[in-house]
Amino acid sequence: MAADTPVEYIKHHLTNLTYGKLPEGYERADGSVVQEATWTFARTGQEAADMGFMALHVDTLGWSIAMGILFLGLFRFVASRVTDGAPSGLQNLVEMTFEFVQGIVRDVFHGKNPLIAPLALTIFVWILLMNILKLIPIDYIPSIAHAMGLEYFKIVPTTDPNGTFGISIGVFLLILFYSFKVKGVGGFTKELAFNPFNHWIMVPFNLLLEILALIIKPISLALRLFGNMYAGEVVFILIALLPLWVQWTLNVPWAIFHILVIPLQAFIFTVLTVVYLSAAHEDH
Amino acid sequence: MNINLTLIGQSIAFAIFVWFCVKYVWPPITAAMEARQKKIADGLSAADRASLDLELAQEKAAKELQKAKEEAAALIDQANKRAAQIVEASKDDARKEGDKLIEQARAEIQQERVQARDALRAEVATLAIAGAEKILETSVDAKAHSEMLDKLAAEL
Repeated sequence: MAADTPVEYIKHHLTNLTYGKLPEGYERADGSVVQEATWTFARTGQEAADMGFMALHVDTLGWSIAMGILFLGLFRFVASRVTDGAPSGLQNLVEMTFEFVQGIVRDVFHGKNPLIAPLALTIFVWILLMNILKLIPIDYIPSIAHAMGLEYFKIVPTTDPNGTFGISIGVFLLILFYSFKVKGVGGFTKELAFNPFNHWIMVPFNLLLEILALIIKPISLALRLFGNMYAGEVVFILIALLPLWVQWTLNVPWAIFHILVIPLQAFIFTVLTVVYLSAAHEDH
Repeated sequence: MNINLTLIGQSIAFAIFVWFCVKYVWPPITAAMEARQKKIADGLSAADRASLDLELAQEKAAKELQKAKEEAAALIDQANKRAAQIVEASKDDARKEGDKLIEQARAEIQQERVQARDALRAEVATLAIAGAEKILETSVDAKAHSEMLDKLAAEL
C-alpha cells in the first residue's frame, strides 16, 4: 500500500477513488503531461483535487448505490411475500423498522402526505446501512481494491461530503417544493419576509434571516452526519497506526461506541428531515 | 474531500430510491400490517364477545338448574300431599265401608232374630196346644183359646 509514513497513510485512507477529467497540459504525478483533456482515475490526492467539479467518487457512489439496492432489494423481497398472518423473522425485522419510522412520522409530522413516511424510511435505512460499512475494519476492503489495482478506496459514503450533501440537497428540494405547493408562492414569500418581525421596515432583515435559516437546514443536515462519520473514521485510522498488539484495546471500544453513533446519526437525519418537511407543510 | 459530480449522482440515486420505496416497498408492507392489526382487533373483540356469551350462558344454565330444582321440589311436595290425601281418603272409605258392613250385618241379625222370633211365636201356639192336649188328653179347641194363646205368644 502506498503509505510509508503515518501522514501518508492517513491521507491515503481519506482520499476517494476519483474518476475525473484532467485538463489539457496537466502534469501528472509521474511527470507525464496530459496531451488533451481526458477522463481518468486520479493517481494522487493532488490529481483528484485538480479535477475540480468534473469528477466522480466512484467508491462513494458505488457503495451508496449498493447499500440502496441492498435496502430496497431486501424490503422488496419481504414486501413480495408479506403476510398478514404471523410474520416470520425477516418480516419481523422489516415491520419493526416500519413501525419505528411510522412512530417518528406520527409524532413529528402533522399533515397528510403519503410521501413522508416512505421518504423517512428510505433515509433512515439507507444512511444506517451506509454508516454500518464503517464497522468493517478499515484496511480490509481498501487492501482488496489495491490488489485489484485501485489506488484509493473509501467505502463509507457518509464520510464523503458529496454523499451526505447529495441526500440533504434532495431533502432541501422537497422542502422548497412543499413550501411553494402548500403555502403558494405568495404565502411562502410572505412567511420569509414578515417573520420573525412583522413590520415592513424589517422586511430586508427578515428575508436575510429566513433565507439563511432555510439554507442552513440542508447544510447542517449534511455536515452533522458527515462530521460525525468522518471524525469516527479518522480515529479508526489513527488507531490502525498503533502497534498491532495494542490496537484492539482502542478500536474495540470505539467500534462499540459506534454501534450507538451509527443508528443515532441515521435517526437524527431522519427526524430532522421530517421536522423540516413538517414545517414546510404548516400554513400560517 | 472535493465537492464534485458525486453530489449530483448521489442526489439522483436518492431520488430513485425514494421513488422505488414509495411505489413498491411501502404500500404492500403497510397494507399487510394494517390488515393484521384489523385481524387482531377483530379476534380480540370476538374473544371478548365469546367470554361474555359464556358468562351469560353459565348464568342461564344456573338459572335453569335452579328452576328445575324448584319444580322438582314442588312436584315431590305435591305428590306427597296427594299421596297423603289418597291414603286419608282410602282410610275414610274403608272406615265407612266397614261401618256400613257392620250396620248391614246388624240389620241382618236383627232381621233374622225377628224372623226367628216370629217363627217361634207362630210355633208357640201350636206347641202349647199340643202340650196342653197331651196334658188334657183331649183336643183343645184352638179357637176357644186363641185369645189366651195369642197373649202368650205376644209375651215371648
